[in-house]
Amino acid sequence: MDSPAATVTSDFAIQTDKLSLWYGSFQALFDVDLQIKQGIITSLIGPSGCGKSTFLRSINRINERLGYVRTTGRIEVLGHDIYAPDVELVQVRKQVGMVFQRPNPLPISIRDNVLFGYGIHNKGPKPSKEDQDRVVEDALKTVLLWDQVKDRLRHKGTSLSLEEQQKLCIARLLPVKPTVLLMDEPCSALDPKGTEAVEELIWQLRGEYTIVIVTHNMAQARRASEECIFMLLGEVIEHEPTEDMFVTPKQQQTADYIEGRYG
Amino acid sequence: MRNGGDKPGGPKAGPGANWDRLGASWFIDKGVQVLVFVGGTSAIIFVVGIFVFITREGWPFIRDTLDFAEFFGSPRWNPTSDHNPTYGALALIVGTASVTGLAMLIAIPFSLGAAIYIAEFAQGRTREVLKVLVEMLAAIPSVVWGFIGLTVMNPLIIDMFNVPVGLTVLNSGLILGLMAAPIMTTIAEDALKAVPDGYREAAEAMGATKLQVVFKVVLPAAKNGLVAAVLLGVGRGFGETMAVLMASGHSVNLPTSVFDSVRALTATIAAELGETAHGSDHYRVLFTLGIFLFIVTFIINLLADIFVRGVRKKG
Repeated sequence: MDSPAATVTSDFAIQTDKLSLWYGSFQALFDVDLQIKQGIITSLIGPSGCGKSTFLRSINRINERLGYVRTTGRIEVLGHDIYAPDVELVQVRKQVGMVFQRPNPLPISIRDNVLFGYGIHNKGPKPSKEDQDRVVEDALKTVLLWDQVKDRLRHKGTSLSLEEQQKLCIARLLPVKPTVLLMDEPCSALDPKGTEAVEELIWQLRGEYTIVIVTHNMAQARRASEECIFMLLGEVIEHEPTEDMFVTPKQQQTADYIEGRYG
Repeated sequence: MRNGGDKPGGPKAGPGANWDRLGASWFIDKGVQVLVFVGGTSAIIFVVGIFVFITREGWPFIRDTLDFAEFFGSPRWNPTSDHNPTYGALALIVGTASVTGLAMLIAIPFSLGAAIYIAEFAQGRTREVLKVLVEMLAAIPSVVWGFIGLTVMNPLIIDMFNVPVGLTVLNSGLILGLMAAPIMTTIAEDALKAVPDGYREAAEAMGATKLQVVFKVVLPAAKNGLVAAVLLGVGRGFGETMAVLMASGHSVNLPTSVFDSVRALTATIAAELGETAHGSDHYRVLFTLGIFLFIVTFIINLLADIFVRGVRKKG
């Protein structure tokens, strides 16, 4: 909670300093130093197993679910060290929302899905039904899902199409007003039409949220992100504005990957 | 299996030679299929066979002598009387129901708690050891439980509550609860394990605490399986004979408190059937009790099955 740092570094939503991570004895990240700007979309690319998902998952500390993960170094979100001993995990996860590769709405109603995080983080008295209705409507409108589902809010979230499920998974993060949205290959389970729709939505969310998106799909990184990070074998190779990286990569490894020589 | 091995003569002879012959593997395949089919369908044959048998033995009594109002409404069970036998099964039904009810009051919180702990909280070795222990508990023969009720619980209850007899609803309910809990734990744990991990991950990523994940996500998602676990426990309680016979006091009685002795339906059949004359009314009324038990447990198991299927459909 070093507030001076917070003012100095306010341009950056996420900063890491010598972040290393081990799964048991396997080291997945090596001294990752990154500064991710606030309010833009940053994509993480790299071949399978390069550590991009691992990096993403350590930003909301969901990696810790696996008991055998060890992390060293620092991750700051908006100037706060999220691995500091006095930090409340619940607050980290409130600030940093996560969207997974496979849409994973909870097996409860669409409405309850949207209200799940809201209910968890609400410390005051239970919000009135009108408040809840408003929250649900706002969130679903933001993800462009309201018109499709407004007549079946009581239906199960799992009954929606995959595209709608993924939108619902984004919508349920919004009521708690996170600053960072992490997306782990959010479109890889969707068909091209769904991919387009979700990409469009992500593009609209930028500015209000800092979005970090892991993708396998270089075309997606190119069209749907403003900055791009290329990782290889647990290390950051290059971090550039997306246009620059795809037009004039500075590192040979980046160029090789972008041109499809491996990966 | 002479699959062309002895005929290296070329592509023509090789495949052509065996086309009209059925190899040993074909017969083994068919044989095993038939064996497995017989094994699988024998369950149906046995269930139907048992039902036909007990119905045939009980039916003449149901048709000629049975007074439904007496059977279900009178607590007077006196089938051995020479001049005025009475066949009121109410006390037996209430006996079984009260023992099972108390057993479930004990077993449901214990087994659900154990299942939640094993499935959601325990890690690594603790979990493995607990699972094995619970399964071992389920394997203890019921007569051993009855023995514990008779020799350990009985004096304990007499001492603790200062009552004249310790072979009561309390005793047999406790014993039965302990007997049913391991099985219910195992089934409930399976139901919790069947909840996809993605649900937990999603909830945790949103900031839910472990407890919130369990109560707001996992338990609702596993609801049907948990209900099935409880129903199977009830079925087990209803059908249990030996332990209840030993621990309940075995006296025909409408209980007014947990310190009353009762007699269970199953225990009645077990204790009396050997002493009846084949084909007598007493013999047949015991089979009528059997039919009643069969129908009740059948319905309970059917309900449990319907609940489990409910889970599968959604998954």
